Amino acid sequence: MNDIALQASFALNVALLLMLVIVGIAIARSRSLLASILLLGIYSLVSAAWLVVMDAADVAFTEAVVGAGISTVVLLGAILLVRAGPVRHDWRMTIPPALLVLGVGGLLIYAVTGLPEFGDPASPANAHVGRSYLIETPKEIGVPNVVTAVLSSYRGFDTLGETVVVFAAGIGVALMLGFGPRSALSPPPVATGDHHVVLRVTAKLLIPLIMLYAFYVQFHGDLGAGGGFQAGVILAVAPILHALVFGLRETIEAIPVHAVRSVAALGVLLFAGVGLVCILNGGDFLDYDYLFPPSVEAMIPPGLMGDPDHAHHWGQHFGIFFIELGVLFTVSATMVTIFYGFAGRAADEQEAAS
Amino acid sequence: MSMAVTHFNYIAVIVLMMIGLYVLFATGNLIKRMVGLALFQTSTALFYISLGKVSGGTAAITIYADSPEGRALAATLDPAYVDQFGINGVVYSNPLPHVLILTAIVVGVATLSVGLSIVVRIREAYGTVETDEIEAVARVEAAQSGPARSEAGA
Repeated sequence: MNDIALQASFALNVALLLMLVIVGIAIARSRSLLASILLLGIYSLVSAAWLVVMDAADVAFTEAVVGAGISTVVLLGAILLVRAGPVRHDWRMTIPPALLVLGVGGLLIYAVTGLPEFGDPASPANAHVGRSYLIETPKEIGVPNVVTAVLSSYRGFDTLGETVVVFAAGIGVALMLGFGPRSALSPPPVATGDHHVVLRVTAKLLIPLIMLYAFYVQFHGDLGAGGGFQAGVILAVAPILHALVFGLRETIEAIPVHAVRSVAALGVLLFAGVGLVCILNGGDFLDYDYLFPPSVEAMIPPGLMGDPDHAHHWGQHFGIFFIELGVLFTVSATMVTIFYGFAGRAADEQEAAS
Repeated sequence: MSMAVTHFNYIAVIVLMMIGLYVLFATGNLIKRMVGLALFQTSTALFYISLGKVSGGTAAITIYADSPEGRALAATLDPAYVDQFGINGVVYSNPLPHVLILTAIVVGVATLSVGLSIVVRIREAYGTVETDEIEAVARVEAAQSGPARSEAGA
């Protein structure tokens, strides 16, 4: 084995993990909420870099957009709403949790000694189910990205559950904070002598590019790294950036609250609907081999897509396409709903104060 | 090799988890607690991904199998190792933890938002996000409403 390449990769792994530990300690020590939220964004970005070293390209995408993007925006929205001061600190309060954490950490590190070595290809986790997905995907599903194949086809039912959880969380935030502003939003200040002009021009250039990139990640998801979850979060960044630069009123005029709500529900319906179509055609729930009835499958010319013997690959390709589209709808609309909830609440408070 | 090297990733991830747990417990500020929870959650993800890493492997995208990149990658590894653990001449990392964590991260930000919106409502009801102050306000309110309620009952 080429030791130098492996050692370089391991050294990078160690360096990034040590950076994560340093950022983590900085979060624990920080008294300022703003600082700890920004450090959490840095933590996510560094862990995204580490995920690339670990060959988890799809996860790195998601962590970079979610951790450094959406969750930072939501946390900043929350501190704007609660107007919290610096975190109070009392050293006597830190001793019991420190002892507890040391105890739990010690037990876990003791348990770690029973785990297989890092990178062991023969470990139980890597040798059985993960390996069989890698072997069977080209034959059974016919898409190159195994992560997408497992996510949407083999474990499609699980993914439907995750999509419903995201949808339910969006509803939860909307019930708690409202779907958007209730007050009539005041018009943005007239842009005379506007010193944000650079910001506005850059945002106008960036927003279409962000959306184009999201669609690339979405529709390229079965060939390379990407898919509905990643693309949904990236797509939600576009309206959020628009609202941050041009004001919430402008964004809500462009993308009304009821439209976002409907799209979130439509995504879940589309996902579950694909599953029901599979049942109607004689298969199991979300078994895309049965997405098309046999009469349609007979019309598919041989060799047009993948293996000529596998007309079923057509079902798999279209099934994955539609459920990923459903995930895109639900995830992006839920993220925008959450943002509207927090930003709308802040706008209402401003209106009440003035 | 000593265990500190072969199990370095797991130990580092546990240290990160414990930092998250400490932040969660050591503060009474509800927003800081949510930050600690997010830290803990991300660290758990790192543990899963560490378990799925295969030494000398690449991302689980089978397009590499017959490409120049795939052949170049296989050339850096011992042929016997590639024969035993590779698939069509390429060694891949385990895709299953990637799938689990990918969805967990998106669900994580959604649940973090639910938690934060509850914190916002608590601030609106009690005027603070410090747990001890919330308890004090709740105690005062209970003391004020307690006698009134017993009078109404009598």
